[in-house]
Amino acid sequence: MSAAREEILARIRAAAGPAAAPAEVDAAYAALPRPYRRAHHDPSATDVVALFAERAADYRAVVQRVTEGELPAAVAAAVAPLASVLIPDGLPEEWLAKLPPGADLVRDEPPLSATGLDQISGVVTGCAVAIAETGTIILDHGPAQGRRALTLVPDFHLVVVRAGQVAADIADALARLDPARPHTLISGPSATSDIELIRVEGVHGPRNLHILIASLSQ
Amino acid sequence: MRIGLFVTCLTDTLFPETGKAAVMVLERLGHQVEFPVTQSCCGQMHFNTGYRREAVPMVRGFAAAFAGYEAIVTPSASCAAMVREYHPVLAEGDARLAGDVASITPRVYDLSTFLTGVLGVTDVGAYFPHRVTYHPTCHSLRLLRVGDAPLRLLRGVRGLELVDLPDAETCCGFGGTFAVKNPDVSAAMCADKVAAIRQSRAEVVCAGDNSCLMHIGGALSRMRTGVRTMHLAEILASGDAA
Amino acid sequence: MPTYLGMPAFPQAAKKAVADSQLRRNLTHATTAIRTKRAKAVGELDDWEQLRQTAKAIKDHTLANLGTYLPRLEENVTKAGGRVHWARDAAEANAIVTDLVRQAGADKVVKVKSMATQETGLNEALAAAGIAAIETDLAELIVQLGHDRPSHILVPAIHRNRAEIGELFRRTMDDAPAGLTDDPPRLTAAARQHLRSEFLAATVGISGANFAIAGTGSLVVVESEGNGRMCLTLPDTLISVVGIEKVLPSWRDLEVFLALLPRSSTAERMNPYTTIWSGVTPGDGPQDFHLVLLDNGRTDTLADATGRQALRCIRCSACLNVCPVYERTGGHAYGSPYPGPIGAILSPQLRGVGSAIDASLPFASSLCGACYEVCPVAINIPEVLVEQRARSVADGQKHYSERIVFGASGYVLRSPRRLAAAQRVASFGRHLAGRSGRIRRLPPPLSAWTDTRDAPAPPPESFRAWWARTRGTGQ
Repeated sequence: MSAAREEILARIRAAAGPAAAPAEVDAAYAALPRPYRRAHHDPSATDVVALFAERAADYRAVVQRVTEGELPAAVAAAVAPLASVLIPDGLPEEWLAKLPPGADLVRDEPPLSATGLDQISGVVTGCAVAIAETGTIILDHGPAQGRRALTLVPDFHLVVVRAGQVAADIADALARLDPARPHTLISGPSATSDIELIRVEGVHGPRNLHILIASLSQ
Repeated sequence: MRIGLFVTCLTDTLFPETGKAAVMVLERLGHQVEFPVTQSCCGQMHFNTGYRREAVPMVRGFAAAFAGYEAIVTPSASCAAMVREYHPVLAEGDARLAGDVASITPRVYDLSTFLTGVLGVTDVGAYFPHRVTYHPTCHSLRLLRVGDAPLRLLRGVRGLELVDLPDAETCCGFGGTFAVKNPDVSAAMCADKVAAIRQSRAEVVCAGDNSCLMHIGGALSRMRTGVRTMHLAEILASGDAA
Repeated sequence: MPTYLGMPAFPQAAKKAVADSQLRRNLTHATTAIRTKRAKAVGELDDWEQLRQTAKAIKDHTLANLGTYLPRLEENVTKAGGRVHWARDAAEANAIVTDLVRQAGADKVVKVKSMATQETGLNEALAAAGIAAIETDLAELIVQLGHDRPSHILVPAIHRNRAEIGELFRRTMDDAPAGLTDDPPRLTAAARQHLRSEFLAATVGISGANFAIAGTGSLVVVESEGNGRMCLTLPDTLISVVGIEKVLPSWRDLEVFLALLPRSSTAERMNPYTTIWSGVTPGDGPQDFHLVLLDNGRTDTLADATGRQALRCIRCSACLNVCPVYERTGGHAYGSPYPGPIGAILSPQLRGVGSAIDASLPFASSLCGACYEVCPVAINIPEVLVEQRARSVADGQKHYSERIVFGASGYVLRSPRRLAAAQRVASFGRHLAGRSGRIRRLPPPLSAWTDTRDAPAPPPESFRAWWARTRGTGQ
């Protein structure tokens, strides 16, 4: 145990009193009142998918609602302008069904270098969950999403969100996630307001974010 | 109701007309007002500048002077806030004083909340045919939370044209000793408050605290703007009772 | 903290800032815009007050139990494959980080904006060790290229306008495109291009963190530009320097803080990118992760029953944007990486009050309370300021002549008899006023008043004298 660690913990004891038993601390934590709302739009009374679509579009992401049947054509149309498309492991093959035969599809196998990723025009992924209230997409970098660099370096990111993946609000979304995994929360393409507070879209992350929301029927 | 007037050291010394006006308004509404002569100061200036020890005797003096009054009314929202929020803090450690303070503080009101909240009136029979804008002082707004009481009272004044003050909730820059310790920032803040007052095209700027009015009024007169300040109590006391 | 050597006391620094017309214009424009936007974003949530009170309660509980939560954080970060280091002060933190960078064999690092590393002066320490630290936040980059200092927590280059930034880029960025204009999108694109090669080649990234979840060993970085994601995922080694007060008990607490922070800081429903990670994930991102826990005065602050609430701060900067003092002086006048209202209470607690600037910060406020009103974790900044002023006065070394004045005035003001006597004397002062009824000039120190304002002439008769004369002696 480092001297620094011991000294800091000793200072904390001097400042805040000796540490209570963990069970006591946990009980005090559990007893903290939480009078806030779990969802600011009641999911039973709101079309959360529509809310998500509206809020994500507010960030200047391109948002499209399609049926499951229309999804492959929509994917193909969205990636058509791209010279090359990165496909993460586990991406459902059906999504790629309508891509032209000569399409340059790249896999991350063996893992691409950062410079290699920089040569690729765009990436297609699914997601773990989406938040309607804030128009946010959450990736947990599991199957169909790829490791984090894949959705960071290419300049175009197409995300497929299934209607059932849309949570009403932050609390519900977080509850669906496994904290052990890495996560990236995405709310629109990157932006900065550092120069005179004027919002400029597109800094380092993908400058083009395209969201396809697939529901069973329109 | 036995009303004790807490005139405040500033109004007592430099702005007695405000005190007289407060008395006039309350008497016009049929209430009897007493002025306990043993009163002096609420201790706000000392407390806010860090001189707690010097403020404690003033807490004691206030509690003693006003014991036994059903209502203690003051024409200073900042002094009312000082008594309600911070006299209990200064009394900590002296059980007897803390008890006295605890019994007295709920009965302390600034004039605007006493009139609208306790007496339930917004028309006090005033007549003031001028264009007026209202500056909500920080302590009245955020500490005492008088809400729109002063505005409702001003709207009840016959002949008065009430105009909005742009950026009304921005501090005027007085801040007690801040005005002297940080004179440049204080003056810069005051300049913007004066600019907002000019923008409102008001003849008179009104507030519930003579401290802020002294600061704003000092700048208005220095710059020969032709705009004057007037305490809320004095506007409410204006005109004939008819 | 970097000493900002020779930093004058606030009133002197402010005097200069208040007269800087470009700074004034930039600040007013910026803070007014953010205030308006923020009010709208916050107003959308009808339970904002409930969220705020919960956040305050969670933070207070955590701070009271840091002795439990910090070891728990360490345990979970370690279980997840990270290494945890403890730093008592700035020098120790800098030494740990420098050592780790050397061990990784790097002479260059990419940095995500981190106030904690500004506080410790990490960049300077790395430079002394021959390691270049590349700031990657656009505003921090602007500050770095200009050999300047940040002036705001969230938008550190707010004191610069586009013309200055354009000139700076053209002058200092070797790869700036020819004919680069002052247009913000073009400037931003130039920064993107300039930094991209750095990101792609980086082997060591340094960050801070907005939150550190004890229960899961997860760190959270909230950002807008994507440089965070770049620094947190592309290099092989990641070092995060995090103040010990950033801990939250559990994953669930993010539902409160992620609701509050984006709306309170950038006035958005959610910021563009948030990265959450626990330790190391094989095959994804840095394989070598180090968490450096920083004290550097936080335990001193924790020991102060009133001042401790400053540690709740989630660095949203809402208080800066509503502060009428900050709006007129900017961040540099506060002489600290933490400016504005939160800086006025945090800097003296973290650094002590030995320097002129730190001793003056508790007085750099009119106590208007606008900061308390907007703070998403309900820090009662005016209350802490008044407490710090009381400490300052209680320190026998200071305020010598003021103490005499306040002692004397206290003596007078607590006695109705002495007050009445003083009023009778003061009423002679009305003759200074002449016909105008105004006094144009008072002697020092009250000349500070009459430099910019008239003073009222004392009336011929005080209120109590009038009452005694017209109504008898009182009751």
